[in-house]
Amino acid sequence: MLACIERTLRGHVAIVGIGETTYYRHGASPDPEFKLALKAILAACDDAGLDARHIDGFSSYSDDRSGASRLAAALGTHRLRTATMQWGGGGGGCCAAVANAAASIVAGLADCVVVFRSLAQGQYGRFGQTSGIETISGEKAYLMPYGVLAPPQRFAMRVRRYMHEHGVRQEALRAIALASYHHAQSNPRAVMHGKTLDVDKYDASRWIAEPFHLYDCCMENDGAAALVLVSGERASDFRHKPVHVLGAAVGSGYRAGAIPHNSHHYASASFDMVAPDLYRMAGLAPSDVGTVQSYENFTGGVVMALAEHGFFKPEEANDFLTLENLIAPTGRLPVNTSGGNLAECYIHGFELVLEAVRQVRGTSTNQAKRNDVAMVIGGPMVTPVSNLLLGSEATL
Amino acid sequence: MSGEGNPTYLPEGLPIPVVEPDGLSAPYWAGLRESRLMVQRCSRCGTWQFGPEWVCHRCHAFDPEWTEIAPHGRIFSWERVWHPSHAALRQHGPYLTVLVEIPHAGGVRMVGNLLGDPAQEVSIGAHVEGLFEHHARSDPPYSLLHWRIP
Repeated sequence: MLACIERTLRGHVAIVGIGETTYYRHGASPDPEFKLALKAILAACDDAGLDARHIDGFSSYSDDRSGASRLAAALGTHRLRTATMQWGGGGGGCCAAVANAAASIVAGLADCVVVFRSLAQGQYGRFGQTSGIETISGEKAYLMPYGVLAPPQRFAMRVRRYMHEHGVRQEALRAIALASYHHAQSNPRAVMHGKTLDVDKYDASRWIAEPFHLYDCCMENDGAAALVLVSGERASDFRHKPVHVLGAAVGSGYRAGAIPHNSHHYASASFDMVAPDLYRMAGLAPSDVGTVQSYENFTGGVVMALAEHGFFKPEEANDFLTLENLIAPTGRLPVNTSGGNLAECYIHGFELVLEAVRQVRGTSTNQAKRNDVAMVIGGPMVTPVSNLLLGSEATL
Repeated sequence: MSGEGNPTYLPEGLPIPVVEPDGLSAPYWAGLRESRLMVQRCSRCGTWQFGPEWVCHRCHAFDPEWTEIAPHGRIFSWERVWHPSHAALRQHGPYLTVLVEIPHAGGVRMVGNLLGDPAQEVSIGAHVEGLFEHHARSDPPYSLLHWRIP
């Protein structure tokens, strides 16, 4: 009968604890990166009411430097049963890391897995600057000598092409930035808490790489965030209302990884094949989703990612993407309700996963009215990308 | 634009492109040094391929052949870069980068700079011609391929 078992994560795993460090500007963390990881993990265990020694697995992404074995040794966990690293850079793995941990639990490899990302750009160097490289080979050899050095330059042409193909205007990108800053004003964790953004300030801000203004680009930060995942049967044994994994998907389409800038479907956030997988596993449609936390390396990537998840057609982006539509509590689709990578903290999108948990719990500082189903979208325009649907007990 | 002593589009000091340890892209970089644009074309099924790979992505024949193509195409996308992400660019000001599609080589795309006024209006679809920029005095020496509106 083995062949009849439905292969899914839906309902089989739950997030029972979340934790993060103080969020800092890059270089402002008094703690080194590994200590940030420990603090976030212990905070997540505390939130769950869990003795950290019962963690039996770690999952991360983007070549996180805080390795599973060192963490297990530092925390004195009884044993280590799973240690997974998702290939790929940036935030493409922020949901895949949760999916990999969930898969480990469903497969019986582990029972209590921590998923985390820790990032101290002050300690290890900024993503926005290139230095100390004299020669370069591989993908970057085709880019860096032409001044395509840092992420803004790597992604601006993709967004420009998308805007050209679908008639998307700068105002659509601007609405994403405005919504993030709007939400950050009521989130005391946010690095940009107390720093407002309006239309004039956005329009007057300097170009980084057209079509990206300063406020279209994510911040560079120091901090860490973590969550605790257990099997669905144990979901109610912990301190808070459990948040269930309804679905997850990972990957990209045909030759998305063809360098340099030779992906088959260039004007894409890489979710064209991944989004349908997510909805299929969850048994849900875009209209079921209450809030979306959508990874913003750049606002243009959010436009593309939301369209590829079916919230609007690309040609409708200008009409859909307005500040009013994107803000909690009653916007049509509240997006990035913590301020996200633009205004809360750039922890490679893991802060977005925590915010989705808060939305389902009902504890966000920008609580959406519809909060039973929350989506996270990780890493637009890279490969692999990933996404996640979380839901309350009632959605199972 | 090319040749020794002439100014380069971007200042010296940016990372210098070199062949990977396994040699995959060696014919491409050697070609540029001779003002020739080389891309892969599978001799079994005719599929064009760029960037290079050890196998044809269509028919899985190994070591696709390197073929010289005429360096012209059309602008597929572009960006005007203002923020200096490298110390060498700090005093430089804005510059233009283009993604050029090459229809006569299966639509493969190349990233380069668009020569001329960095403030110029850029049109997607515009026809461009390639220009080789030789950094002969660099250590190691190398060449780049830029583009201009004819």
